[in-house]
Amino acid sequence: MKIEISKKVEKLAPSGIREFFDLVLGMKDVISLGVGEPDFASPWLVREKAIYSLERGYTSYTSNKGMPELRKQIAHFVKMRYQLDYDFDNEILITVGVSEGLDLVMRALLNPGDKVIVPEPVYVSYAPVVELAGGKAVSLKTDKSNEFKMTPENIEKLCTKDVRALMINYPCNPTGASYTKQELEAIAKVVKKHNLLVISDEVYDELTYDFDHTPFATLPGMKERVIYLNGFSKAYAMTGFRIGWACGPEKVIQAMTKIHQYTILCASITGQIAAQEALKNGMKSVQEMKKEYKRRRRFIVESLNEIGLDCHMPQGAFYVFPSIKKLKVPSMDFAKGLLKSQKVALVPGVAFGKAWDDFIRISYASSYDNLKEAVVRIKKYLSSSR
Amino acid sequence: MDEILEILSNDARITAEELAKLTGKSLDSVKKTIEKYEKNGVIVKYKTLINHDLVRDANSFVRALIEVSVTPQKDVGFDSIAERIYSFPEVTSCYLVSGSYDLLVVVEGENIQTVSNFVASKLSSLDQIRSTTTHFLLKKYKEDGQILKKTEEGNRLKISY
Repeated sequence: MKIEISKKVEKLAPSGIREFFDLVLGMKDVISLGVGEPDFASPWLVREKAIYSLERGYTSYTSNKGMPELRKQIAHFVKMRYQLDYDFDNEILITVGVSEGLDLVMRALLNPGDKVIVPEPVYVSYAPVVELAGGKAVSLKTDKSNEFKMTPENIEKLCTKDVRALMINYPCNPTGASYTKQELEAIAKVVKKHNLLVISDEVYDELTYDFDHTPFATLPGMKERVIYLNGFSKAYAMTGFRIGWACGPEKVIQAMTKIHQYTILCASITGQIAAQEALKNGMKSVQEMKKEYKRRRRFIVESLNEIGLDCHMPQGAFYVFPSIKKLKVPSMDFAKGLLKSQKVALVPGVAFGKAWDDFIRISYASSYDNLKEAVVRIKKYLSSSR
Repeated sequence: MDEILEILSNDARITAEELAKLTGKSLDSVKKTIEKYEKNGVIVKYKTLINHDLVRDANSFVRALIEVSVTPQKDVGFDSIAERIYSFPEVTSCYLVSGSYDLLVVVEGENIQTVSNFVASKLSSLDQIRSTTTHFLLKKYKEDGQILKKTEEGNRLKISY
């Protein structure tokens, strides 16, 4: 039988580097700087709570919106930390990671042809979720000279009347770029002027190193137009628990909940219980991990520059995005060569779009010993390929 | 705690160059700081944490925790008796503690016999000692914040977005 796949899905850009990922996964004894998640296991108190809940038989569905206790805790947490007021019952939804949150927002908001500004380079799912929801992603290419940050000017250039929303992710995967309050305020002005919605993915917020993180929703006049996405994956090293949250105007959250209840039903109860424990007692672990990342960031940036890879100091997350421009090789060739000759894995820039072929993404969510050894190997590779 | 001390307390073999990179301080200032700590006794010694269970002659290594109750002396309190106790090379650690006894003493020896002899002939016979309770260690799970068993590291994907 000839099976036809939906046109929309067929049209989605295939992940060009699946083959490379498979190559990495099939190789033994690789030092990987290609990982998009913390190298720490979830804090033991979180794991212990999850185990206990399983022993007690907490294995059921929860409310579609997520357990009320967890939503209340999140409301309390964002209030205490960021002075953000969200009603736990109407303005907060527990999602299966921020990934689901992104998908829900797009499907809840977009009509065919609606445009969304998506900065580049950015996490690979952004443009596809816009397209799957029937919208059109308008790419905003950031620039290394500006530390990969959007500016009000280049946002404004793209603001035609069918642009409905701006996506923003800070600190950013893959560049580590983040924004100060002043920079965000300047962007907020353009947002207001062009009456945009803002979808703000702030899952790396706790991993901001040089200044305090400012949620977009806290900027004057922004809360009513921001869908604030966050989760437990990065800060609490809980990627596998798959728990995220969405805060926003009641109307949007209700619409998202509608889709969520038909497609997902609810996030896993084990994850939700673990998340409650994380909020209650996990901040110390978060701070310890942050301290460690911060040290590694200094080490990796300085070491890469020393061996001749041009790398700026990113403000957050656990990635650096050095340029390999002067080597004059495609990023995929660089990544494959490094993998084969030195068994070091990283993500070639081209994975984030053709425009980023002069870059590589290095994740420092890897032990200090690994980072040290990887730098030695990259240096060897650079001198052998010269 | 100073970041340099914090890092050193977990990895005594780290070089000053690495410390400079990790902390963002200059090499010179890192070296000076360490020198200062060594001089004023903040850094006492650089040691290696050994899992004795894996060493071939592990059978000839016994460790005991001994609870010691003592009568404190006028003027010097517990310090004088503590010094008499910790001066024995068999004693590897000695702490003054609150609670139902006074000193917690860790003693190492080749076998149960040597440790028992030490307690009986050297420790209990000291004048101010009222009583001792000896606990032989059966198994070490964790020491100085380090779990001794090599644990599985989970199976994080080697590459992901």
